[in-house]
Amino acid sequence: MFDNFPLWPARASSTAGNVDALFIFLLIVSGMMTLLIFTAVVYFAARYRHRKGVLAEQIEGSTPLEITWSIIPLGVFLVIFVWGAVVYFHSRTPPRDSTEVYVVAKQWMWKLEHAEGQREINELHVPVGRDVKLIMTSQDVIHSFFVPAFRVKQDVLPGRYTVLWFRATKPGTYHLFCAEYCGTQHSGMIGDVVVQEPAQYEAWMSGGSTGPLSASGEKIFAELGCATCHRSDSQGRGPNLLGAFGKLVQLEDGRIVTFDENYVRESILDPGAKIVKGFKPVMPTFQGLVSEEQLNALVAYVKSLSQPGLGGVKTAALPDSMPAKGSQVQ
Amino acid sequence: MATVTVPEVERENYLNKHYGIGSWLLTTDHKRIALLYLISITFFFFIGGFFALLIRLELLTPAGDLVLADTYNKLFTMHGQVMVFFFLIPSIPAVLGNFLVPMMIGAKDLAFPRINLLSWYLYIIAGGMMMYCMLTGGVDTGWTFYTPFSTVFSNTKVIEAGLAIFVSGFSSILTGLNFVVTIHRMRAPGMTWSRLPLFIWAHYATSIIQILGTPVIAITLVLVVAERALHLGVFDPKLGGDPLLFQHLFWFYSHPAVYIMILPSMGVVTEIIACFSRKRIFGYMFVALSSIAIAVFGFLVWAHHMFVAGISVYAALIFSLLSYAVAVPSAVKVFNWTATLYKGSIHYDAPMLYAFGFLGLFTMGGLTGLFLAALGIDVHVTDTYFVIAHFHYIMVGGALMGYLGGLHFWWPKISGKLYPEGWARLAALIVFVGFNLTFFPQFILGYVGMPRRYYQYPPEFQVLNVLSTAGATVLGIGYLLPMIYFLWSMRYGKPAPDNPWKAAGLEWQTQSPPTTFNFEKEPVVTWEAYNYDEIDAGHKQEVHVAG
Repeated sequence: MFDNFPLWPARASSTAGNVDALFIFLLIVSGMMTLLIFTAVVYFAARYRHRKGVLAEQIEGSTPLEITWSIIPLGVFLVIFVWGAVVYFHSRTPPRDSTEVYVVAKQWMWKLEHAEGQREINELHVPVGRDVKLIMTSQDVIHSFFVPAFRVKQDVLPGRYTVLWFRATKPGTYHLFCAEYCGTQHSGMIGDVVVQEPAQYEAWMSGGSTGPLSASGEKIFAELGCATCHRSDSQGRGPNLLGAFGKLVQLEDGRIVTFDENYVRESILDPGAKIVKGFKPVMPTFQGLVSEEQLNALVAYVKSLSQPGLGGVKTAALPDSMPAKGSQVQ
Repeated sequence: MATVTVPEVERENYLNKHYGIGSWLLTTDHKRIALLYLISITFFFFIGGFFALLIRLELLTPAGDLVLADTYNKLFTMHGQVMVFFFLIPSIPAVLGNFLVPMMIGAKDLAFPRINLLSWYLYIIAGGMMMYCMLTGGVDTGWTFYTPFSTVFSNTKVIEAGLAIFVSGFSSILTGLNFVVTIHRMRAPGMTWSRLPLFIWAHYATSIIQILGTPVIAITLVLVVAERALHLGVFDPKLGGDPLLFQHLFWFYSHPAVYIMILPSMGVVTEIIACFSRKRIFGYMFVALSSIAIAVFGFLVWAHHMFVAGISVYAALIFSLLSYAVAVPSAVKVFNWTATLYKGSIHYDAPMLYAFGFLGLFTMGGLTGLFLAALGIDVHVTDTYFVIAHFHYIMVGGALMGYLGGLHFWWPKISGKLYPEGWARLAALIVFVGFNLTFFPQFILGYVGMPRRYYQYPPEFQVLNVLSTAGATVLGIGYLLPMIYFLWSMRYGKPAPDNPWKAAGLEWQTQSPPTTFNFEKEPVVTWEAYNYDEIDAGHKQEVHVAG
């Protein structure tokens, strides 16, 4: 009967153990505090129950006691705080070289696209033991990507990317839930994360791909004429995108920002927002002209320009004058 | 321990001085306005409770089979909106606070009696708007109104609900304003700050939040309405807005709002524990100042609702730390209440049972807050039933237990009648058991991973949901009982003596029910709050009279 009555969620990611350890620590600490208070209340209530002729003894208070029971809990809280922060930082910092999957959420489904090109709906295949980074956005309202067995959750917002990463540790099929209320079929916006042994995963990966995401991005890049300005010889009207991803860029207004997924995205949709130093705001917006999926492909492509050998597109193969490399749009 | 003295012929009091509907609807007597609020919020409590009942029934089975998905979404939305804005926030301040703040400080009324009546009318107008919203189709955004769902995608009565809550906010602001001015300006001679009952300190702290916080939610809702109706781009990214801005603004009010609910309840429980332990409160000044500390720190923790929303890790770090800071004054209160019992002379009357219940449930609610404030754990349990369980332990376990305890404690003063003690003790027990049975399984449900606001759910969550629904049935009975016997007591209850509990506090030094202006002459206070030693030693407390 306990199949139908789980008291603890499956533990299937590298983060899950960290979260569980802190959770158990908190269960013990709060259990002890509860016991302490309940015992005191019950004991006092029984021991000092009203008896005829016995008057209560008036006690004003005690500053040393007040200080004691302020400082000790504060100390315990600080331990919990630091531990919680360490777990959080770990779960919020995707390792370099993570396998990337682009996620587009919409009412009420999850659309996932692997960097290698495989597309899935409401199902995500990942291999055991590999760091996987999800780059997520929403087409409509706020959703939240939640895999209880991994102890990870991240809201998925319209108009920007949010990131979530995990390393699965145990093969199996786990619930994927939408955890942010998103309308009528919110509770139907669920799916599975399928964790496979590497061999099985490779077999799965070898079927059904239309080519790497960055290759689709390259095609879109060419079709939209981006390469006209974003030239790889740095002679274009737009910044050279080659090798730009992941670096810091200096803007016209003096700010320095990281050239990351959100920067690429913003620069395509709102080119005037963050102009690279030395360039003019001449780029038109592509708002409404590219879908979320095309945006993802473009991001994957721009990223591939900084990762020779990764992501499937060899920058060397690009004719110098065209595919750009450039940079962001400005 | 209620002692009954046979009353003489009924004396003139605030209830029998005037008759007729007009004497109620145009009253400026804080006690009558408190009763108007009592009736109105009880009405909304049962509406919100009815929605809760339907939610629990739907969740009895994994499949969506009782109502439609859209209906379910409206049910939990309106359950939240009604319970938060039309029951919990007004509950203790507007009923018990309205009745008791002037009496406890020895005043004839609040500083602005007509504004007090105005605030009730605003509440009624807002309540009418909310009823209109519910009867014409309802709203499905969740009580949190998250954008851009609420401003662009929902096709329900968002504007109507937003405006109803907007108006109800002014009722809350005016009540808070009235209390602050009253407590500053209208204390009887000798009623110094350090002699104030802790109920008054709690209401003072609450009022600060009401005055400073409520305008922010009002502005936020106006922006939601503006974006929805006029496509003003504030929160919708397609219009250049930022959905996280909404969450910051919303929680800037809605987190402190939790303290609007719980602080007055702490005040009530403090009075009850002192009386039924026959003791002064251990560490009076620490309990008093911890209320102020909670009110102040409470404004600095809002983004702990947003740890997975897309804020920076550094922001998350600061808000986690501040959340632990606000836990300290709450813990201090619990320790002081417990220490007050030490060497007391403890009575187990119904109000005290509610206070014990409060202690248990608030402690568990508070301790599970430590889990949620821990960043690494919050990622997993936020937006799951763990959060639902946590805040119900605080807002229902804590706030509602205090409210019920307070109603029982002051019922003899309010109505002039005694309620049936045996039934009241039974009801307190039923509420406590039913509450735990309803909400404890939800902690487990949340950690196992069931998200909140789910109309249907995977079958492995069913057992815990069935337990929860069973508990809700028990809880429902526990809530119905007091309503029945309070009503019964108004007609059949024994007449209450002026001070059935031999309690300290000026409100007990006048007749039950009080006269319209509370005291025959302005009292002069020469003693500290909770002078139970003097009362029990048989020194009859002399109410000196000014002039």
